[in-house]
Amino acid sequence: MTQVATTVSPAPSLRAAGLRPGWLVAGFAAVAAAAVAGLVMGPVQLTPLEVVRQLLGLGSDLDARQIAIVEQIRLPRVVLGLLVGSTLSLCGASYQGVFRNPLADPYLLGAAAGAGLGVTIVIVGAAEGATTPALAPLAAFVGALGAVALTYALGTSGGGRASTASLILAGVAVASFLTAMQTYVQQRNQDTIRQVYSWILGRLSTAGWHEVRLLLPYAVVTWVVLLAHRRVLDVLAVGDDEAATLGVHARRSRLIVIIAASLGTAAAVSVSGLIAFVGIIVPHTVRLLAGQSHRVVLPLSILFGGAFLCLADLLARTLSSPAEIPIGVVTAFFGAPFFVLVLRSSRRMGATT
Amino acid sequence: MISCRGVCVTLGDHLVLDGIDLRVERGEWVSIVGPNGAGKSTLLRFLTGAVRGTGDLHLGGRPFGALNRRERALLVALVPQSPVIPIGMRVLDYVLLGRTPHIRPLGVEGPHDMAAVHDALAHLDLLEFADREVTTLSGGERQRVLVARALAQGAPLVLLDEPTTALDVGHQQQVLELIDDLRREHDLTVVTTMHDLTLAGQYAERLVLLDGGRVVVDGPADEVLTEENLASYYGARVRIIQDGGRPVVLPVREQRIHDRTS
Repeated sequence: MTQVATTVSPAPSLRAAGLRPGWLVAGFAAVAAAAVAGLVMGPVQLTPLEVVRQLLGLGSDLDARQIAIVEQIRLPRVVLGLLVGSTLSLCGASYQGVFRNPLADPYLLGAAAGAGLGVTIVIVGAAEGATTPALAPLAAFVGALGAVALTYALGTSGGGRASTASLILAGVAVASFLTAMQTYVQQRNQDTIRQVYSWILGRLSTAGWHEVRLLLPYAVVTWVVLLAHRRVLDVLAVGDDEAATLGVHARRSRLIVIIAASLGTAAAVSVSGLIAFVGIIVPHTVRLLAGQSHRVVLPLSILFGGAFLCLADLLARTLSSPAEIPIGVVTAFFGAPFFVLVLRSSRRMGATT
Repeated sequence: MISCRGVCVTLGDHLVLDGIDLRVERGEWVSIVGPNGAGKSTLLRFLTGAVRGTGDLHLGGRPFGALNRRERALLVALVPQSPVIPIGMRVLDYVLLGRTPHIRPLGVEGPHDMAAVHDALAHLDLLEFADREVTTLSGGERQRVLVARALAQGAPLVLLDEPTTALDVGHQQQVLELIDDLRREHDLTVVTTMHDLTLAGQYAERLVLLDGGRVVVDGPADEVLTEENLASYYGARVRIIQDGGRPVVLPVREQRIHDRTS
């Protein structure tokens, strides 16, 4: 053992942790399957082949009404579901990485509650109108960032570094406080209470492309920033001091990731309401199945998060049609048992605890 | 390689380092010894920039303050005493973390980095472990992985914080022999903190004894490891046995000394 190899043979198949093509294909297949299912199913059943042909511009047997249903009602909703689901999952995975805590998600850190308060104030102020006010993402972002900053400040106020326990406790306190304020604002304004309430429960109903257009620019920025940090997040996993000895500006990187994840969360929340669970369940499932590296977890969270929310929305609008179940209820009702199954069947159960 | 003058570090209200002067030449192996709380680990952390202090520090002839984080990381590698091992991370990926200062901030590794990782794994006899998760390894294997990461980092100065504390005597020797081989082969400068004085004296060319945040003795092992020094700075009763020119520190019970002197 003490001899040192003097000659080094050419590198055999050493491969860094990274996205295996198989998983990438599986992710895109899941997105495609969920999208097609979302397009063809509903009160008017359509055949997948015709829908795909229509969307690809190959011409189809669909009549004008069916084309309108696909292109003006279902397609925006499917795209919105993909965008919201992928952004929430990606942000959840990033929060978990940056706080080195498997429980960190927009809800525990107070970001969602802060965003909720911001959007509620905007809705109350805007009064009339069914669509999401254009100011909503910005208000949600300010609320989310303020909440995370408050959580972090409280978590570190004992002096020194934020331990995960104090951070989570601070997050719970901040979230409760902001939720209380949000409820107060909501109850004081009886004329908008229905609108606020339906938004709180989470919904993907969209009037054409309005919500998609609202979310898209924020989502793109979030994705680009967070995906660019996928390797840095792996370095940060060894802790700030060690990351610093490896040449990484740990505090700055953390701050950038937190701001980007808060922006993405806020934008998603502002158009879709509070959809819990996606940000925890999808990244953890990906970790258990495909590996722990952020180079795997972040891109796959985008793909599977989008597919998951798209399917959840399909269930939300078809299970008790013509009524809609709030999508947050569906994600928790189907997501939680599924997650428990994955957790139990995984031999690497310790990996997430 | 290292030159510091008048280094003071305050942690909380406590002055941990109180005017340290230290020079380490290129290729040297220096062991920092001293009782608990003497400031050994803090000195290492100061040398990596993890804690800030006052005083003058030059690394590789350049003032520390003029180096950015990457430049420091290209110059100094640290093997921490109790590293955070991310759950689920493979040996290969952990060693690859050492290449971080060589990779563009938001980029990914290239073939050159993978070759460096391969070399480091080969040198430490770890190729067969490349796909194992670090958390599943034994203490000795894990310590070799840590050294491999530092080697992959390619820094000429390697700091090791208590590299042998968690190991049995056989693995202690194995790891220290490996470090010595790597030092000679790669012309590395090695600074370790050590609790085991005998091992420190056998591997290091020079010992620096810290007490109360000051350098109290600095010199070759047989000058530093004397019964008087260990009595006054450690409050320890020891006998020093010379073994092939290297001192062996033997702790003895008070009882025996009374017997001997009465």
